[in-house]
Amino acid sequence: MENLIKNIIGKDISLVELFEENRSKIEEQSFSVLNDQREEAFDAFQELGIPSNKVESYKYTNLQPLFTGDFTFSLKPETLTENVEDIFSCDVDTLDSITIYMVNGWYYTRNNPGDLPQGVRIGSLARLAEEDPDFLARYYGSRAPHLSDGVVALNTMFAQDGFFVHVPEGVVVEKPIQIVNILMSEDALMTTQRNLVVMEDNSEARIMVCDHTLTTNKFVMNSVTEGFVGKEARLDFYNLQNQHNATTQVAGLYFEQHERSHLATNNLTLHAGVARNNIELKLAGEHAEGHAYGLYLLDKNQHVDNFSYIDHAVPECFSDELFKGVLDDHSTGSFTGKIMVRPDAQKTNAYQSNNNLLLTNDAKMNTRPQLEIYADDVKCSHGATVGQLDEDAMFYLRTRGINKEESTILLMYAFAYEVIEKIKVEPLREQIRALVEKRFRGELDKCHSCVVCGQKGTDLSCL
Amino acid sequence: MLSIKNLHAKIENKEILRGIDLKVKPGEVHAIMGPNGSGKSTLASVLAGNEMFEVNEGSVEFNGKDILEMAPEDRAREGLFLSFQYPVEIPGVSMVNFLRTSLNELRKYKGEDPLSASEFLKLMREKKNLVEIDSDLTNRSVNEGFSGGEKKKNEIFQMAMLEPKLSILDETDSGLDIDALRVVANGVNKLKRPDNATVLITHYQRLLEYIVPDFVHVLYHGRIVKTGGKELAHELEANGYDWIKKEFGDK
Repeated sequence: MENLIKNIIGKDISLVELFEENRSKIEEQSFSVLNDQREEAFDAFQELGIPSNKVESYKYTNLQPLFTGDFTFSLKPETLTENVEDIFSCDVDTLDSITIYMVNGWYYTRNNPGDLPQGVRIGSLARLAEEDPDFLARYYGSRAPHLSDGVVALNTMFAQDGFFVHVPEGVVVEKPIQIVNILMSEDALMTTQRNLVVMEDNSEARIMVCDHTLTTNKFVMNSVTEGFVGKEARLDFYNLQNQHNATTQVAGLYFEQHERSHLATNNLTLHAGVARNNIELKLAGEHAEGHAYGLYLLDKNQHVDNFSYIDHAVPECFSDELFKGVLDDHSTGSFTGKIMVRPDAQKTNAYQSNNNLLLTNDAKMNTRPQLEIYADDVKCSHGATVGQLDEDAMFYLRTRGINKEESTILLMYAFAYEVIEKIKVEPLREQIRALVEKRFRGELDKCHSCVVCGQKGTDLSCL
Repeated sequence: MLSIKNLHAKIENKEILRGIDLKVKPGEVHAIMGPNGSGKSTLASVLAGNEMFEVNEGSVEFNGKDILEMAPEDRAREGLFLSFQYPVEIPGVSMVNFLRTSLNELRKYKGEDPLSASEFLKLMREKKNLVEIDSDLTNRSVNEGFSGGEKKKNEIFQMAMLEPKLSILDETDSGLDIDALRVVANGVNKLKRPDNATVLITHYQRLLEYIVPDFVHVLYHGRIVKTGGKELAHELEANGYDWIKKEFGDK
């Protein structure tokens, strides 16, 4: 494919060289809002590099070896000859949604989101940079820490496309917005995606991002999403990850919330090789409410690292975090729950909980709360557990004729349920529920690609 | 139906059951009474197959089969049912899903087809009426947030659904107010048939006013030290367990 530039990335310096070599091309095909930040991101990246486990916030996930190796690098939009709907056809009957596709981080050109409520825009970030640069400039780069996080710096250097969702003031988008991220390539591929979500005052929407791999190659996806939730706006943001074991994904969600806004994020990692989720909610308006949920189901040598950062910047805000994981085989996981309560942020309520189920002696979980509280009138609580299946419950089920394997599945499912029930879109919750059960039964492969679609991939992709 | 011979069981090298002999025939109701710590609940757990306890001597035959080597689920499939003293809360597992899985496992073992959803719901309605369980309880997770009485009723409801040959009711009366006790006892009485049997494990005689036993056994220090008819229960109620302790005191 001519749109890919063959490159062998031996060490960080090669990413720098790659950028220097291609910078003029990238800037030619991009617009000024995106180009304006490349320079400082590049400077920062030369300082920071890809984070190793010596970087405190990446202590449990050394990204350096994962960003090293033979990769092609996606620098131009993917030109697909076939229709993505044919490769990945979606049975929209099961979930009536507004659906768009992204291929290797690029907005799929034949997307048709259909009729949208008045003023709602869903589309390509690259096009937005061209057509409405003033709008993009108000938000772009203002939340994601491209000066202090090497991965975000790298993303900002190479950022050219991604999706954006803009819901204007007072508009309610009834249908869930579904964004299907597809990775497919003939060679190992490293790529970048940059997204923007703007919810203006009093607006409401639910966004569901599904991540899939359709070919068996190694992938590295560097995805950054910035989100802005205006006064009294409500947003549910779900990310369902279902990628094969040779995938590394660093996905950053950087949200800013205003007065009385309500945001719930839910990171559901059903399948991934290495997944690092950065979930940052900045509560910047009084009475804002932020919920961050996560569920991760790991086996083999999979690794998932959820790093959350809830920033209580103003008084009277509420935050609630619940992350749960089931770890089998040799899998490893980590959770960091950073909560910052700034000096003025009186009357803060912040709750955090991370619970883990280890099914083997080889599975490993690191969990750490990091609370920094600089106000004196706050309610904060945090708790973490790492345990095995409840023996009493197991015995109870078995005395009712349910065998050990089936009881185990029931109990794992019961454990995960607390996170699943946070999903407010009923058909979506039902499908995720079924998918999680399949996952526990060992019946889910990546072929059951899309939660909403139930579409099977080709045999090749079912590794 | 059930034949226990010289059963010894221990937990962490502490012997709790020290030679139990008991025979239960179809149609019979047995009550096992005894002071706290005498081994009543251990007996129930060992019969149901709790792996916390190690059986170091003796035998238990159920329907002519040695069940000591069987997994708990296989004992259940053979028709043994334990009503728990402390039913376990399992958030996230719905009552319907749980009971349907359970019932269909038992049916599979007997070579019967699984019940369809509608057949199952119909059966559940019937049995709910029989044991007077609030319909609301079956819409919730297994025992989650149930009151003490609701949990016990739920055990009897499960018993009604699964139709065991032998039911062991471990302190089913404990913590029940008089109304709940009546509901539980009525349920047990209604489920009584000539081809099934019940073992009631209880500390108090109270339950036996509602469910009349054919035999009363007194368990003390891991042995059955006395067996009699229902009048034995009255004697215990009147005199407490002190005379048992004196008569059969340590060793």
